[in-house]
Amino acid sequence: MNKAFPIIIVLIGLLIVWYAAAIGMNAQWQNDVYRRAGTTDVPMTQFVQDTWNQEKPVLPTMHQVMGELWNTTVLVAPNKPRSLLFHAWVTFSATALGFLMGSVLGIALAVLIVHSEAMNRSLMPWIVASQTIPILALAPLIVVIGFNIFTGTLGIPTDPARLMSKAIISAYLSFFPVAVGMVKGLRSPEAIQLDLMHTYNASPSQTFWKLRWPASVPYLFTSLKVGVAASLVGAIVGELPTGAVAGLGARLLAGSYYSQTVQIWSALFAASILAAILVISVGLVEKLVARQMGARPA
Amino acid sequence: MLLSVTTASSAAIEDKGPLPATVVSAADLSLTFATNDGPVHALSNVNLSIGKGEFVSFIGPSGCGKTTFLRTIADLEQPTSGTLLINGMTPRQAREKRAYGYVFQAPALYPWRTIEKNVALPLEIMGYSAAEQAERIKRTMDLVNLSGFEKKYPWQLSGGMQQRASIARALAFDADLLLMDEPFGALDEIVRDHLNSELLKLWARTQKTICFVTHSIPEAVYLSTKIVVMSPRPGRVTDVIESTLPAERPLDIRETPEFLAIAARVRDGLRAGHSYEEHA
Ligand SMILES: Nc1ncnc2c1ncn2[C@@H]1O[C@H](COP(=O)(O)OP(=O)(O)O)[C@@H](O)[C@H]1O
Ligand SMILES: [Mg+2]
Repeated sequence: MNKAFPIIIVLIGLLIVWYAAAIGMNAQWQNDVYRRAGTTDVPMTQFVQDTWNQEKPVLPTMHQVMGELWNTTVLVAPNKPRSLLFHAWVTFSATALGFLMGSVLGIALAVLIVHSEAMNRSLMPWIVASQTIPILALAPLIVVIGFNIFTGTLGIPTDPARLMSKAIISAYLSFFPVAVGMVKGLRSPEAIQLDLMHTYNASPSQTFWKLRWPASVPYLFTSLKVGVAASLVGAIVGELPTGAVAGLGARLLAGSYYSQTVQIWSALFAASILAAILVISVGLVEKLVARQMGARPA
Repeated sequence: MLLSVTTASSAAIEDKGPLPATVVSAADLSLTFATNDGPVHALSNVNLSIGKGEFVSFIGPSGCGKTTFLRTIADLEQPTSGTLLINGMTPRQAREKRAYGYVFQAPALYPWRTIEKNVALPLEIMGYSAAEQAERIKRTMDLVNLSGFEKKYPWQLSGGMQQRASIARALAFDADLLLMDEPFGALDEIVRDHLNSELLKLWARTQKTICFVTHSIPEAVYLSTKIVVMSPRPGRVTDVIESTLPAERPLDIRETPEFLAIAARVRDGLRAGHSYEEHA
């Protein structure tokens, strides 16, 4: 209760601001509607309610978005393109695949960097530079070129090819936090813990598996949480330039073509709910692993 | 003075080979650290020989090179000049043969391993069979009185128990030489007394050679067959005292005149080293 209280206060504050903003932003359209219909002397309460319930409002309200979410999840079969769950699943598959590839790549790079000074000096600048390129500039390239290579040269069917190209963007965004976090984690053992391994004449692989790897686990999960969120962003961005028909990104784009603001907002909400589920899932795995590794309960 | 310092040059040691009973022999051993503030002479012309089964304490003020000497024996630091042989081998060869167990100033237990898994760590690395690991864990946990705590994680144990676990870990494999760097330095007096007498019993039972760094004169005199007094800037050995105390040492031996006489000599040695520093 004590923890929930400030959150609820902020939430109520946000809702008040939101609904107030909706009145202001939708007022002009509402006035036009009244003028065309020749209605005058609309009572204030009626006017407010009308601004909150337009079909294509500039700013849709909370209950409209929730209604749309309800209609497109619960009331529609999940395998239909009308279902938001269908689109969320499409985005989730690309996110998960890209997250997996990005994490493996990030960990592999970190292992190389920690074990070789030459790798550290040659790889690290490229890794940092890779993140200075705006993903919005890069995504269309990857999606179009990747898609063409996958379907053309490699002869992969279109659906898996589209999935792969999106996953590559996800991986591109998520490998970075994982690589940086794991470099730090693999270097986290104290000098005395490494000296101990030295006195046992342990091999580098023994030192890695029995010391560096377990010591890096807390760092790994911290960066995986950042990485999974970045993966989702990557997958959505990857759905924007393709003219893709499926995925939360496609929903956002289609919504903006047809000024379906309620649809845009419900896709946005779905994306953030998905992000929360992903981050919380990684957090749960982290808790399980920490308990398995005998961590002191917080 | 009962100086048991080797006078032979390094060449002579290499020619004749060390006596079989000599575990550690240092001849003109020096180690200089290059730092930003100039060279630090951590060890300067140290000559010392340690026989099999001895309990040798190193005592001296902070910075006199006690840790550095132990680390050099353990091949964790490389000497700048001079010779150091462990069981007739270079420190590196000795390390590769797993000739010693090292107990650091902090327990250095791996927090994700239970106590028994921490003790098993060197055994896993050295490729002992599962059955042999279990047998050795049981034996060494008994030896340091930690039976019943096998499944606990380090944070569930007191500092004294953690340090005992780290001693068990150093005893678990067959190293005849035990290097201990102020293992009880962070513990309170009562725990320390207790662990000291435990350590003596353990030494008697296992017949290991022990090199033990300490800040405490009573601790050094109570434990040792030989006390090496060191002094800083440059780090060097100023006195080596052979103890005349009997092997059997109850805690109240610390009130006997014999004990106090040795303690006085150690104190004199430390003071001599200190005045050098003041005049330098
Ligand atoms: N890795 C190192 N680099 C530079 N100086 C060091 C290093 N290790 C120890 N020293 C210096 O060497 C001297 C001896 O240190 P140490 O052996 O730790 O002394 P003690 O254990 O007797 O307190 C000190 O002056 C210390 O600052
Ligand atoms: Mg020290």
